[in-house]
Amino acid sequence: MEIGELLREKILRVQEYVLLSVEAIVNLFRRPLYLDDIYTQADIIGVGSLPIVILTGFFTGGVLALQSSATLSEFGAKSITGQLVSLSMIRELGPVLTGLMVSGRNASGMASELGSMQVTEQIDAMRALGTDPIKKLVTPRVIATVVMLFFLTIVSDTVGTLGGGMVGTTMMNLDASQYFHTSYQALAYPDVLQGLIKPLFFGLIIATVGCYYGMSTKGGTRGVGHATTQAVVTASVLIIAVDFVISRLMLGIFGG
Amino acid sequence: MAHPNLLPELVPTPDANTVPVVEFSHVSIGFDGKQVLQDISFTAQQGETRILLGPAGCGKSVLLKLANGLMRPDSGQIYVFGEEMSTLPQNGLFRLREKIGMVFQESALFDSLTVRENVAYQLRAAHIEDATVEARVQEVLRFVELEHTLDKFPSQLSGGMRRRVAIARAIITHPELLLYDSPTGGLDPTTSATIIDLIVKQRDVYGGTSLLITHRLQDAYMLATHIFNRATNQIQRSPNNEINQKTTFLVLNNTHVVFDGTLQELQCAEDPFLKEFLS
Repeated sequence: MEIGELLREKILRVQEYVLLSVEAIVNLFRRPLYLDDIYTQADIIGVGSLPIVILTGFFTGGVLALQSSATLSEFGAKSITGQLVSLSMIRELGPVLTGLMVSGRNASGMASELGSMQVTEQIDAMRALGTDPIKKLVTPRVIATVVMLFFLTIVSDTVGTLGGGMVGTTMMNLDASQYFHTSYQALAYPDVLQGLIKPLFFGLIIATVGCYYGMSTKGGTRGVGHATTQAVVTASVLIIAVDFVISRLMLGIFGG
Repeated sequence: MAHPNLLPELVPTPDANTVPVVEFSHVSIGFDGKQVLQDISFTAQQGETRILLGPAGCGKSVLLKLANGLMRPDSGQIYVFGEEMSTLPQNGLFRLREKIGMVFQESALFDSLTVRENVAYQLRAAHIEDATVEARVQEVLRFVELEHTLDKFPSQLSGGMRRRVAIARAIITHPELLLYDSPTGGLDPTTSATIIDLIVKQRDVYGGTSLLITHRLQDAYMLATHIFNRATNQIQRSPNNEINQKTTFLVLNNTHVVFDGTLQELQCAEDPFLKEFLS
């Protein structure tokens, strides 16, 4: 009975989440589109996340170069460090780390903002004033997160590869021209495609999970805290799980 | 001073006397296995002010949210302006809500918007031109005597002021139905009296139908026994201590309606719960 009840509740929540996500996406094609809100959110999510994305990208590229060149030199293959760094950054680490960073920063932000609005009845007030909160609050966040995460990932990939190059040349005695040459040559279109498709899904996950937990907040300020934590945890786990699925699919399609 | 531009002529619709503005018919709703409202039936006619009384947690706020379509009942029908709210699709609900104003328990002002933007919200969403919006905002803020707070944020206002801004926001479109969810809840007696004065003024100036929740019996009595005098711009006792027959009471207890009638009937009620509740 207890387990059945728990399961029923979980399924109900998944259903609510799916319905909210579908409605947020369908709203893309319905008027009005709140452009002001989209710009504001794009600024908060995109420009606001730039410093942390640059920092994590740079140091991740750096540590990749540091670790891999040490191992590769044992096999006399130190010269392909650039290839390893750029492939890892662009296929995996760029999208995933950027996703996790933005999730920590913005899924929590969305959950707490919408959660506070929910517990103070501002969401109900919005409905009562004739505005669909999903259209006004959720859809702009979804659009802004998907678009901005795409570009943030490109920034992270670039900075990561540069960071790897800097660490490699200054600390591991790599040749700069060789590093950048191998990192560029190793890349094929499927790698780039894989790296750029992922942020689209991750952006969708971050915004819908953040908004879902916000919109379904119950129980006052304590509920807001709970919703915020849950949003970050769920979004992060989903990003890593979906990353695995996309990687597997892409390897299946293009071969690894 | 009375503002003549605030006194629109009320033109009753032809069927105003036949179709109730709000009608609940055998409405029930529960959450998490707990029944909150059970078999609730009542009506609110055109021009009536229905005061909802009852102990805390008896589902009064839920009833108001049902009347605005913010919640759907588990069973029963809710008719607002003759349309069945409980089965109306989202678009229909938004259309119907244009005629309904709602004042929430804790004001529910958008805290990221200024008073001006909060009050103008509905008109801006309808893409009404700026000059008209500004004039209407000024008009309703003057009505609630808060015209000096235009550029303030809700967090800079006191609780009572926030409640008045919420009333201004709700009445800016001159809605035909107003829903007040505990407009005096959590306020000190003086501020509560100001809010009730404002509601009496709203009722007597704009007319329309309203449902009002209150925890304070004195507020309810005040609404039934006082009128707004346009000449003096003051609230005063009704002439000859008359009781407003269009201000009627609905008492809820333990998921049911236990009383539905006028103030005189309420005062004469023999029900032991009512006697204790009123004492």
